[in-house]
Amino acid sequence: MSQLEIKNLHVSIADKEIVKGLSLTIKGGEVHAIMGPNGTGKSTLSKAIAGHPDYTITSGEVLLDGVSILEKEADERARAGIFLAFQYPSEIPGVSIANFLRAALQARLADGEEIDASGYYKRLYAKMDLLKIDRKFTSRAVNDGFSGGEKKRCEILQMAMLEPKVALMDETDSGLDIDALRIVADGVNTMRSPELGVLLITHYQRLLDYIVPDYVHVMYDGRIVKSGDKTLAHELEAKGYDWIKKELANAKA
Amino acid sequence: MKPPTETDLLPDSAEAAAVENPAVGIDQSAGNFSYNMEYAFDAGTGLSEDTIRYISSVKKEAPWILEFRLKALKKFLSMPMPTHWATKDLENIDFQKIRYYLSQGQKPKRTWDEVPDDIKKTFERLGIPEQERKFLAGVEAQFDSEAAYSNIKEIVSKQGVIFVNSTEGLREHPELFKKFFGKVIPTGDNKFSALNSAVFSGGSFIYVPPGVKVAQPLQAYFRINAENFGQFERTLIIADEGSEVVYMEGCTAPKFSTSTLHSAVVELVALKGAKIQYITVQNWANNVFNLVTKRGIAHEDAEIKWIDCNIGSRLTMKYPGVVLKGERARGEVISIALANDGQHQDTGAKMIHAANNTTSNIVAKSISVGQGRSTYRGVVHIPKHLKGCKNNTECDALLINTNSRTDTYPAISVRGDKNSTQHEASVSKVSEDMIFYMQQRGLTEGQAMSLAVNGFINDLARQFPMEYSVELKRLIDLEMEGSVG
Ligand SMILES: Nc1ncnc2c1ncn2[C@@H]1O[C@H](COP(=O)(O)OP(=O)(O)O)[C@@H](O)[C@H]1O
Ligand SMILES: [Mg+2]
Repeated sequence: MSQLEIKNLHVSIADKEIVKGLSLTIKGGEVHAIMGPNGTGKSTLSKAIAGHPDYTITSGEVLLDGVSILEKEADERARAGIFLAFQYPSEIPGVSIANFLRAALQARLADGEEIDASGYYKRLYAKMDLLKIDRKFTSRAVNDGFSGGEKKRCEILQMAMLEPKVALMDETDSGLDIDALRIVADGVNTMRSPELGVLLITHYQRLLDYIVPDYVHVMYDGRIVKSGDKTLAHELEAKGYDWIKKELANAKA
Repeated sequence: MKPPTETDLLPDSAEAAAVENPAVGIDQSAGNFSYNMEYAFDAGTGLSEDTIRYISSVKKEAPWILEFRLKALKKFLSMPMPTHWATKDLENIDFQKIRYYLSQGQKPKRTWDEVPDDIKKTFERLGIPEQERKFLAGVEAQFDSEAAYSNIKEIVSKQGVIFVNSTEGLREHPELFKKFFGKVIPTGDNKFSALNSAVFSGGSFIYVPPGVKVAQPLQAYFRINAENFGQFERTLIIADEGSEVVYMEGCTAPKFSTSTLHSAVVELVALKGAKIQYITVQNWANNVFNLVTKRGIAHEDAEIKWIDCNIGSRLTMKYPGVVLKGERARGEVISIALANDGQHQDTGAKMIHAANNTTSNIVAKSISVGQGRSTYRGVVHIPKHLKGCKNNTECDALLINTNSRTDTYPAISVRGDKNSTQHEASVSKVSEDMIFYMQQRGLTEGQAMSLAVNGFINDLARQFPMEYSVELKRLIDLEMEGSVG
């Protein structure tokens, strides 16, 4: 069983501190939800863990199965088992999803080893069936001209194929109508296993009706300010974030 | 001759890559080796009338050819360098420091067994004999100034197809040669076509009889082995009425510290209803000045298609053209240029419409990496008195890293209201976010850039014969891997 440990993490962009001391441990099989108002640093947290070069980790640790990943390049982190489902996935014109995924899997093989093409397509189609994705989908160029929902589905398909140890899912529910949301949630639920830890970043409670989290954390101003179980999400939905802000202000006073 | 001593100029890893044969043999890392040769024929260094007399005499040429050459030399000397519109880098070519003719003899061998060992080894390392067996109708392998090997499969020669090098073509088919030679590209077309006309050696001469459709491609491979050398091949392809032929060329040279000049002239003639497809995938070392003139004449209902991939070289100036001379003739240029650090690709296309209902299509894609610079330069000319002519021009540039530079000079002159033209241009960038996205899926930075570039040219690469599109992808992979800091 794998484990991602985030210890007292501080992250800056262009000398501005965004994540201000965040600690969280995600074990295999667990789903953690992080909720919080816009601009609070949720995407920054996920991109910093994934190794985006714009984000500087000024202090703290991120360990995957006890080994620090902070010295590793983004691609090494990915191959070590970190997957980021992007809030805004990039378009790659001219590169089909099938070829892209094949290249990504090929990159995980040792030098000189070739991916088995027929085995690859068999697996790809099986995952697509599981996620109720049309066969034609993977011949389209990655995210090129995709609707919001298609982009998110493309992320989920990649996640299913790459079988990460830890998935950081950034607002995977945004831009989805209720049917698409259900399909995406079903996909994540079928992937839930002791082998996979999930960090679900979301603005809304809605997604959590479909992917029921083990833990819910509230992030505010670069920190986790409150943690609880799924009932915390309902509370947030009912009361909004102002309630948290007030509590914090009172605590400081 | 002395036994060959290999002077390998690359570290071990590239040497390892050189051992496995690339699919089409234009892989630069595989190409980066040379043999210390003693040449039986050497015109020495520098250019004068004597150089030309030497070349002509060792080739035992007819007097008219020597005349042609000497006139061309005068023309060359009288013309200015085109530095005002192209690049000042041309001034760095020192014509008196170049060797104009190096060979082991003027008669190419018909079997690989007869080819001298060191030359044979060169082409074996580049994978040529293997490809010949696999998928080619004929091969000509030029080593410095002359073809060392030239052969055509019997099944093709029985159809009356002629495929020899230009030295042999001039000797054995003078009437046919003379009729078309220098007619598509006159000596004085530009300074470098004049130079080529003065000192040309090697290149292919192809004649396809009426109605003959050559099923497999003919391939020429141009190899520069010597330092400070100038390669000036001259190719003439004549497709007689209703015939079809595909010709492919590959080129490599080792990386020398001094500059090398490659200045070819290629003339195509597609007679009524004929089809010629000319495919180039070249990957020159980045000390090569590559200044090539390529043009075809398409007669009634004929079709000429240039597929031109330019990777490597210090400076490439090349604008394949089609003169659409007969009604309903079609011309096409598909061009891919990749300019890496220290390279300038100045490429484009020329379409000269000279008859009614002629159509032309230009799709040019350029990739500029780091300090690399690429320029699209095109001419489309449709005069006022014609009708029913169409041109489509599409230029797309991809920039990788902020220093890259790209310029587009489309120069479309379409006169009269009975003709139509369509022009589209785009510039896109490989953004840091796009690279990060791909890296997040496990691709290295180099693999990510390579994939982005391959995606960019994907629609064009699909038009290539399989072997060549595979090779092109390999070349791009190598270039992009190498461009990551
Ligand atoms: N690339 C960037 N450059 C500068 N500021 C950024 C960048 N990305 C995010 N920020 C800033 O960091 C803060 C947190 O943003 P983000 O992590 O996207 O929040 P969330 O995902 O919680 O909405 C915001 O103030 C935002 O403006
Ligand atoms: Mg966000």
